[in-house]
Amino acid sequence: MGRSREPYLWALFSAGGMVAALVLPALAFVLWIAAPAGWIQLGGYDRVAPLVLHPVTRAALLALVVLGLFHAAHRFRYTLYDGLQLYHLNALIAGLTYGAAAVASLAAAWTLATVP
Amino acid sequence: MVEPLNPAHTRHHPRWHRRRMPIFWWLRKWRYFRFIARELTSVLVAYAVLLLLAEVLAVARGPDAHAAFRAWLARPPVLVAHAVVLLGLLFHTVTWLNLAPRALVVRLGRRRIPPRAVLVAHYAAWIVVSALLVLLIGRT
Amino acid sequence: MPELATVEVLRYRPEREAAPSWETFEVPFERNWMVLDALNYIKDELDGSLSYRWACRMGVCGSCGMMINGEPTLTCATYLESVLPGPVRVEPLRGFPVIRDLVGDLGQFLHKLRAVKPWLIRDQGEQPDREHLQTPEQLADYKQYSMCINCLLCYAACPINELEPGFVGPAAIALAQRYNLDSRDQGARERLEVLASQDGVWCCTFVGECSEVCPKNVDPAGAIQRYKVTATVDAFRRLLPWSSR
Repeated sequence: MGRSREPYLWALFSAGGMVAALVLPALAFVLWIAAPAGWIQLGGYDRVAPLVLHPVTRAALLALVVLGLFHAAHRFRYTLYDGLQLYHLNALIAGLTYGAAAVASLAAAWTLATVP
Repeated sequence: MVEPLNPAHTRHHPRWHRRRMPIFWWLRKWRYFRFIARELTSVLVAYAVLLLLAEVLAVARGPDAHAAFRAWLARPPVLVAHAVVLLGLLFHTVTWLNLAPRALVVRLGRRRIPPRAVLVAHYAAWIVVSALLVLLIGRT
Repeated sequence: MPELATVEVLRYRPEREAAPSWETFEVPFERNWMVLDALNYIKDELDGSLSYRWACRMGVCGSCGMMINGEPTLTCATYLESVLPGPVRVEPLRGFPVIRDLVGDLGQFLHKLRAVKPWLIRDQGEQPDREHLQTPEQLADYKQYSMCINCLLCYAACPINELEPGFVGPAAIALAQRYNLDSRDQGARERLEVLASQDGVWCCTFVGECSEVCPKNVDPAGAIQRYKVTATVDAFRRLLPWSSR
């Protein structure tokens, strides 16, 4: 990775980390613990669907997905790099991590834009 | 000069010793392990955003798909796994917010914003955003 | 209270051995002794060939940094009692090649320090007729980073320093910030090249151990993160069409 690109990657990583920190715990608790366990009741499909499929929700979710994936790619890349001392594979790891994040982001964007 | 016992040592090349870092250096000290654990919460972040995407796509496919998704979430092993994911996400949040004041040093005019104020502002933002999300979901 | 304390020292005598080895010493236990006093006792009474650095013996010169029980510390500032029950393991600072016994080669650090230009840089051709004035608030902006005594405990604590020897490192970056944030300095652009390079701040993953072990509360980790923000804002600014660079 050229030195001129690091600031932009770090900016993405930071934004992703901040958004994930603020947003994910509450969502995880409500959607994946409290609701499935029956502690709270979520609305039926007819109430949920319009809100969830609203263009604003889709856009917000896309932003969350892109930022979250690039945050994870950046951090995981450095963890592999330093944690397992894979310096000779630096270009490969960077390519795989950011590449996977980019591909997944594009797929998410396309899906969210086209699904009814 | 006395013949050295270490044949690699010569008068003008005294052989400094370079210690090697073990591969699992992060297992040797608790604080290093905690650092790696903190970094690996990023994997849980990726999983979480993709799971959110999956739920939205299930909604898009119709009430049956969504009901199946919700049923899957309620399965005990899935619930337990997601409890672990939640703990990891909380660890990410707490460590991230706690480090924010070290990176964000802002001067307003002549005075510097105290680190404590930056910290409190971040936690306040977390509480407010969480409350808003819960309210939003609760409206359904 | 114990009569004796066991101190294990990692010896390395390159003319005799190819690799370091542990040697055990029994020193008297005194409540007011620092670990440095124990080392001095060993050198005075038990084995005069023990080699190590020390000077001020009061925590301001930065000479006596070593690993004590795996932690980088100033031996003159660590009570012997606090690291007992023994054995107390003393090794040279990690992250530096070992010349002999507890003496490491610090040349790489000095090279990195010079590379960040730790001096006031002013525009050329200036002919000041009085000293540069500075308010207490301006002093407070950088004072913390000026407290560094170059003890290099931060380098020993930093896993990245050992993994990536080219990393400029915590103390050097903190000292660069000491000048970048000094209102009298105009050299931030000149330091950018080194600090924003791949061996500069971008190597750092905010492990934070450097700040944990710093005896002067310099908080080099904070200095590095602040520079990441600075460098990032600078990079985005330069993207703007009306920027000068």
